[in-house]
Amino acid sequence: MRRFVIGQAKNLIDQTRRRPRPHHNNIRLLSLLASDPIPVSSSRFFSDMTGSDSSSSLPVTLDSINPNVLKCEYAVRGEIVNIAQKLQDDLKINKDAYPFDEIIYCNIGNPQSLSQQPITFFREVLALCSHTALLDRDETHALFSTDSIARAWKILDQIPGKATGAYSHSQGIKGLRDAIAAGIEARDGFPADPNDIFMTDGASPGVHMMMQLLISSEKDGILCPIPQYPLYSASIALHGGSLVPYYLDEASGWGLEISELKKQLEDAKSKGITVRALAVINPGNPTGQVLSEENQRDIVDFCKKEGLVLLADEVYQENVYVPDKKFHSFKKVARSMGYGEKDISLVSFQSISKGYYGECGKRGGYMEVTGFTSDVREQIYKVASVNLCSNISGQILASLVMSPPKPGDESYESYISEKEGILSSMARRAKTLEEALNKLEGITCNRAEGAMYLFPCINLPKKAIAAAEAAKTAPDTFYCKRLLNATGIVVVPGSGFRQVPGTWHFRCTILPQEDKIPAIVNRLTEFHKSFMDEFRD
Amino acid sequence: MSLKALDYETLNENVKNCQYAVRGELYLRASELQKEGKKIIFTNVGNPHALGQKPLTFPRQVVALCQAPFLLDNPNVGMIFPADAIARAKHYLSLTSGGLGAYSDSRGLPGVRKEVAEFIQRRDGYPSDPELIFLTDGASKGVMQILNCIIRDQKDGILVPVPQYPLYSATISLLGGTLVPYYLEETDNWGLDVNNLRQSVAQARSQGITVRAMVIINPGNPTGQCLSEANLREILKFCCDERLVLLGDEVYQQNIYQDERPFISSKKVLMDMGEPLSKEVQLISFHTVSKGYWGECGQRGGYFEMTNIPPRTVEEIYKVASIALSPNVSAQIFMGLMVSPPKPGDISYDQFVRESKGILESLRRRARIMTDGFNSCKNVVCNFTEGAMYSFPQIKLPPKAIQAAKQAGKVPDVFYCLKLLEATGISTVPGSGFGQKEGVFHLRTTILPAEEEMPEIMESFKKFNDEFMSQYGDNFGYSRM
Repeated sequence: MRRFVIGQAKNLIDQTRRRPRPHHNNIRLLSLLASDPIPVSSSRFFSDMTGSDSSSSLPVTLDSINPNVLKCEYAVRGEIVNIAQKLQDDLKINKDAYPFDEIIYCNIGNPQSLSQQPITFFREVLALCSHTALLDRDETHALFSTDSIARAWKILDQIPGKATGAYSHSQGIKGLRDAIAAGIEARDGFPADPNDIFMTDGASPGVHMMMQLLISSEKDGILCPIPQYPLYSASIALHGGSLVPYYLDEASGWGLEISELKKQLEDAKSKGITVRALAVINPGNPTGQVLSEENQRDIVDFCKKEGLVLLADEVYQENVYVPDKKFHSFKKVARSMGYGEKDISLVSFQSISKGYYGECGKRGGYMEVTGFTSDVREQIYKVASVNLCSNISGQILASLVMSPPKPGDESYESYISEKEGILSSMARRAKTLEEALNKLEGITCNRAEGAMYLFPCINLPKKAIAAAEAAKTAPDTFYCKRLLNATGIVVVPGSGFRQVPGTWHFRCTILPQEDKIPAIVNRLTEFHKSFMDEFRD
Repeated sequence: MSLKALDYETLNENVKNCQYAVRGELYLRASELQKEGKKIIFTNVGNPHALGQKPLTFPRQVVALCQAPFLLDNPNVGMIFPADAIARAKHYLSLTSGGLGAYSDSRGLPGVRKEVAEFIQRRDGYPSDPELIFLTDGASKGVMQILNCIIRDQKDGILVPVPQYPLYSATISLLGGTLVPYYLEETDNWGLDVNNLRQSVAQARSQGITVRAMVIINPGNPTGQCLSEANLREILKFCCDERLVLLGDEVYQQNIYQDERPFISSKKVLMDMGEPLSKEVQLISFHTVSKGYWGECGQRGGYFEMTNIPPRTVEEIYKVASIALSPNVSAQIFMGLMVSPPKPGDISYDQFVRESKGILESLRRRARIMTDGFNSCKNVVCNFTEGAMYSFPQIKLPPKAIQAAKQAGKVPDVFYCLKLLEATGISTVPGSGFGQKEGVFHLRTTILPAEEEMPEIMESFKKFNDEFMSQYGDNFGYSRM
């Protein structure tokens, strides 16, 4: 701690004689009295605002905002979704104008918006923690299960003053981190340290934090899978870094080849990029593949050898639908190879948004940070502390997800039945949609081994591609817009995730309720047939 | 085997440079001592519930029902929840697209944003557009998002008051921008002199800095002062003349402890000033559920309202918000409840008013107890806490103390605060964490400890301070002020 405090002392905002430093090393402060000009570096393309935008004299306009903001993209909530929302509004007043009577959002992994029910036990505990006065009333026993009451007490005892409305420790409430660490150990068979856990408002802020630490300039590169969940590309763009792509192999079930990693790493190096980290999404998004353990070992070795931080996005760890694959955390794989704190820098991300719990709107998650020196960890803590803490309700849920009811608990039976109901339904929907897509002309779709998506490849006819070009739209976006307008089904064009150039995909979730799936399949099949009739070569 | 993956040397410099004293050295030391069994009074952060303030009953009832909507189907629910809480829970659930567990619109639930707009309209007397209101996971996230849009590189400067809440300095650091300080005048009740502003801006420009925005914290943190209407008018005119976007941090707008200067929002003053200013000055106003008499820090709920920001810029801000998917839905409901609380005639109204008034009146009393307590101490001068949640006394450190601090390798106010902590268990934040004039030292404490504990706390402080001043003092020469 001393280093940053002395640094703080040096960076005091103060009135006297502090010379602005000409390089980037410190907070750039200005003294009222210093008169040396700061050496002006090569002028950027945005000059002083007064000259930059003739149409507006406002200080904050498109011409003067941070160019990294302009550069970043996030297709999951992009153009197609905006169109869908407008259609949805219009549907309310112009029902008959459309060949469908509802918009079905298959663009985003948001299960509870499509009628998936939350896990009862989890919500019982949350309700009791929200309004602790309930625990003092006799009537409460008639409304809540005994073990949810017991768990609420246990959690509240871990919160100073039972104050769920107070800012917690910036890494999250200690007792909850203990539960999570215990859950990680039970999952992996290797110990986890609660001090390695940083709880965040969803997994996404954790990813942003790591990008902030890793990226100093566009010379810093992060290896990302293609196709990827566009949080990564957006975050890298926002932080001014470089995305170094590595291509997953569609022909082999979206396999990850070490040779491809090596090739891309060398390529980046030759361009003067320092690759800092490797992001792996397992199970994959949008691709849904579950890595084999052997593959994971190769990845761990690769990172160790090349001195890369391994960023393991494992938010879909509870979504595996095929009997021949199993989720193994990268932490478990690394430890089982005999690699410890000194061997590999690993950040593992988990979220409450996915799995069978699907608690997207609560914003809960954590990153487990291992293999960093203490001065780096202090910096991670410091960045976390500026935002004070993540929301307490999300923290409580994360601890419940990692330590759910056990056999013998009163709520266990209903919990297991709810969980298995949701997961088996997801597996069925994944299969049904995959089979339906594979029946369509020119479409091939790898199976969804895990996660919540299907990512079919569409072999678009030349006429369709030409029509897209004429409409100044990417071919897959053109297809998806047509699909939306004909059926009300909202999917995300593959270009939002990136793909091998010249190939076209779209991502569709498996989340609409099971009873809606046949109608979706019918509409999709009909649309695709008429699309191909129109554009077939 | 050495790890070259991410070591201290290769970390982003901006991260290394950023400081956030509120959870810095003093807090960490206090946590250590607490683990060793020492009783610590945490007055380092505006965290009311952690110091015994109870949550308001009504919002907790509503949110509990929203967490477990199956309760609403239970015939016995009316036995333990009042009818208006039940109705309100149903109302908010109907605004969601799947309850608390579904991502909402990235800007927040449209229904809640509408309630926020209606609140702003009632408060200010001018219409407010829900499309220009974005809900965020706490006001801090909103501040970071906006500064991220504004700051392009180190030549972009942001005017920030000194002393300031270090979210601003930390964020500007993280984003690689430049902090342009303007000094508040302690002898004038932490007043803001527009001449200081002009001087700061001129100086910055002469050094090649493009000043882009000005931050005001009203009521102030750590200083507590409430800006007068005249001051706000001057500031808005200044921002217009200098073409700065005004960032109005108004999170303490409910915490007002004097009657001379009630809270007036920057938006109201701007609209009152009429055209052309009301159409030209760019303003972003921030609010939260963490402060006021709600104190719901742990929910992480806030919003910002944009005025005169062009539509395409609003789209870009929306785009960045969408990468984080959505703010947490429970906190959005807290925000809805805060801006549209129980009304006269509602079942829960009396209890709500009783609880709210109780908290605010107690805060007002505690602001006075603390100010007077500090002013009764040797070498301590303290402006009255007009608003917010803090006391920011000036400690006139004798030269010997400053020497001792230097020898210990500590900034003088850090040295003082550490000694205070070790002697009394009172965990404060040294003034250097907020910025102050050279050679002038302060500490920030909150006014949040329970009222019945205040006299003892002030006694404890006084005793320590007397001993400290005896040890290090003589009767001549104090720190400058």
